[in-house]
Amino acid sequence: MNGWTAIGGADAARVGQLVNRRILLLAGLMLLALALILARYGQLQLIDAHEYASQAENNRIRLRAIAPNRGLIFDRNGIALAENRPAYRLVMVRERVPELDPALDAVAALVGLDREEREQVRLRVLARRPFQPVVIKPDLSADEVARLALERHRLDGLEIEPYLVRHYPYGEALAHVLGYVARLDEADLARLDGDNYRATTHTGKLGLEREYEHRLHGTTGFERVETNAQGRTLRVLERRAPVPGDNLHLGLDLSLQLSAIEALGDLPGAVVVLDVATGQVLALVSKPGFDPNRFVNGISHADYRALLESRRRPLFNRFLNGGYEPGSTLKPFIALAGLEAGVISPATRVFSSGAFRLPGHSREYRDWRKGGHGWVDLSASLEQSVNTYFYELAHNLGIDAISRELALFGFGQATGIDLPGEYRGVLPSRAWKQRTLNQAWFPGETVITGIGQGFMVATPLQLAQATAMLAARGRGVSPRLVRPEAAAQRVQHATAHWDAVFEGLHAVVHGSRGTARAIRPALRGVEIAGKTGTAQVFTRPEDEARARAQDELPWYLRNHALFIAFAPWDAPRVAIVVVVEHGGGGASVAAPVAAEVLPRALQILP
Amino acid sequence: MIASPLFRALGRIRLDPWLTGLVLALMVLGLGVLYSAGNADLTLVIRQATRFGVGLSVMLLASQLSPATLRRWAPLVYVAGILLLIAVLLVGVGRGAARWLDLGLIRFQPAEAMKLAVPLAVAAWLHRRPLPPGPADILVVVVLVALPAGLIFLQPDLGTALLVAAGGAFVLFVSGLRWRWIVAALAAIGAAAPVAWGYLHDYQRNRVLTFLDPSSDPLGQGWNIIQSKIAVGSGGLSGRGWLHSTQSRLEFLPEPHTDFILSVAAEEFGFVGISALFVLYSAILMRALWLALRARDAFGRMFGASLAFLFFLYLLVNAAMVAGAMPVVGVPLPLVSYGGTSAVTLLTGFGIIMSLYSRRKLLAD
Repeated sequence: MNGWTAIGGADAARVGQLVNRRILLLAGLMLLALALILARYGQLQLIDAHEYASQAENNRIRLRAIAPNRGLIFDRNGIALAENRPAYRLVMVRERVPELDPALDAVAALVGLDREEREQVRLRVLARRPFQPVVIKPDLSADEVARLALERHRLDGLEIEPYLVRHYPYGEALAHVLGYVARLDEADLARLDGDNYRATTHTGKLGLEREYEHRLHGTTGFERVETNAQGRTLRVLERRAPVPGDNLHLGLDLSLQLSAIEALGDLPGAVVVLDVATGQVLALVSKPGFDPNRFVNGISHADYRALLESRRRPLFNRFLNGGYEPGSTLKPFIALAGLEAGVISPATRVFSSGAFRLPGHSREYRDWRKGGHGWVDLSASLEQSVNTYFYELAHNLGIDAISRELALFGFGQATGIDLPGEYRGVLPSRAWKQRTLNQAWFPGETVITGIGQGFMVATPLQLAQATAMLAARGRGVSPRLVRPEAAAQRVQHATAHWDAVFEGLHAVVHGSRGTARAIRPALRGVEIAGKTGTAQVFTRPEDEARARAQDELPWYLRNHALFIAFAPWDAPRVAIVVVVEHGGGGASVAAPVAAEVLPRALQILP
Repeated sequence: MIASPLFRALGRIRLDPWLTGLVLALMVLGLGVLYSAGNADLTLVIRQATRFGVGLSVMLLASQLSPATLRRWAPLVYVAGILLLIAVLLVGVGRGAARWLDLGLIRFQPAEAMKLAVPLAVAAWLHRRPLPPGPADILVVVVLVALPAGLIFLQPDLGTALLVAAGGAFVLFVSGLRWRWIVAALAAIGAAAPVAWGYLHDYQRNRVLTFLDPSSDPLGQGWNIIQSKIAVGSGGLSGRGWLHSTQSRLEFLPEPHTDFILSVAAEEFGFVGISALFVLYSAILMRALWLALRARDAFGRMFGASLAFLFFLYLLVNAAMVAGAMPVVGVPLPLVSYGGTSAVTLLTGFGIIMSLYSRRKLLAD
């Protein structure tokens, strides 16, 4: 080889052939390589095509949920009690925000988030998936909207979004009835149908908003949208409109509700007004209330703590969860039990000396009037609320008969009103005491049960239900806010027995010695039947002496005042219960409230 | 006989009608795909067509060069290229990597010219030497190839450096390099690969790593590969039809009109379309190789074949990348991707191949 300096003829031919062979070899390899690459395309496009096609679809098609409008809540005259107000909120999509913390700082400065709120927002943003919008601040003011709009160019990933915010125009007046909606949390999501809540931000937390969540919420709609790689929607491929939630029409009358609140004055308490015929709730007050609108957008910790710690307990739902001793308001039911059992007749007379003793016992059970009421029959003992009559009656009846009768009127059971979290109260019986206290029943306990004291606890709603059943002469009454339910007869008594009790209760207001006769002028000619009651805040005997001088006690230690009534007394259409906490006597404080409300209630019924 | 000047001029045209026709067909198809990939933007197509016009003119000029001229100018072109590559490293412009020389009127990419100049220099050198080449010649060729490839790698532009090196290696191979040297070279490359890995830039390493496992970084480096495979695969047998690539229109595909234009074609025309396109590419490649084989001498054959090989390499690398069978490197689909640089280079190469072929009879003269 070394001798070669130029390419000669034979060599040239040999070299030419060598080069050509190599070129041909490579040409073959090139075709082979192309064939292999083509095979790769065949694999992608023929064998795996289906999978890649669906991936391409997933790329571009997004299912976007559209929240339905929440149903409205109206009173019996069509006045909106819960409505949806147009508002704007600031929304962040994390994956479109260049850097989270500087963006949050900028937003905090613009819409005034304090450090605590900013941190909460941060946690909320991080908890959601990066492409899911998170509400940074709801219900922006016009000023905030303007400021944000000006700074929009440097706020990537943030949007001002129009939406509807739940609004309760009558605020405090209906807080315990309507409840409120607030931001969905994890517990709500676990409880609710996640698919139908994909676009929903708020859910009913309390009251009717919670009870009728399934009807108020509606059905979430969706859009199948085509988005580009940045997630921007290019067009809507398919749309199913959301179905708005049902509206609720209450039997409640707003003006009656407001007048009941006004009649209660400053004292905490509860008022329940029922339509005797249907069980429909006409007014339902727990006072004081709170402004539910503050919960819709999230109440601050400080404000919430203030509500929680307030002595007047504005968050406490008194008609639903308040357990009170019924006191003398229980007497009509004890009387019915006695009549039914034959222990007494309407004409049975008892001598009230001012104190009652069980045979062989020294303990005195007192009348409220020193020296007693003398000889009284059933009517007079109801009229004057003679304790001795009912001590003796209860003792003769025994606890079993009393429990049986009271259970028929619904004591110790939930009324089944369409509100969540109802308290069942306590209906004492031998079995109950054995079960809960692991003790035998003592005869003395039967005696005080006769005047509604001792273990007995009832909610204003239970009392109202029992009063309405009494007014309906034993027909069942189910208190309902939305849908009244016809009920069957539940308590069977002779007409004469009902008449006797009615007469006594009529005399309470219209008799010359009636405990509530002072309210007669306020009734404007309506004749009602009622019963006053006083529930002791102190139940220990040694406290009784002190409890006599109610005026000298601090207000929160005074007795609760109760009054139950129905009107008109001879053909009852409306039943009412008034509880005034620490009001003192039922006659002086609770009965006037009923006198104020009952005539109005009769007016609103057709 | 009409002996008009026009006819005489036409008679002197040395274009091969087959190769020219096939290339023109490819360019027309390419413009069609580009129209779709560029979101139906006609200005993009017009601009590309203009570049094709420039490229075809250069092809026409190149076809007039005689092999002797090419060989004579080879050293000069090579040295000038090396100097320009050094200049790029000193005063080059470009985003991320400095690859361009700004000459005021035009911006020039010397590395692109080296894709032609290096095989030319190697072929010219070996032409004067006995073949198959001995160790001394091999060493010279290695230096001739390594110097520009190294300079280009420093820009940094790994893809072009490898293309340039591959062009030079190709010439060496077809010159009849003995198999023992080939085996030794492959072994050396294999041994050097781990060392070379250490010299790569982070982004270059990332490309390789994400290629090996795209799902490790689906929104970053792996995005290109994943989205491109989705586009290709969703095309299926017959595709979604022209202008109906959702992956490109909805911006899931990166650079749908340049490096990933084949994804668009694959999505719109399916496996049928891709197969047809491969047939067309293969036809061009085979015709070019056939023309090279008929060149007058070893220089012509080696150089001509290396130019056809360059065309093949573009196709192979781009098609493999789009199908997720290779790391993402910035190599366009020849004569289809938007951009003028590679088109001019490749059309110049075709012009040279035609010139080499058209002089084949001189040997017999």
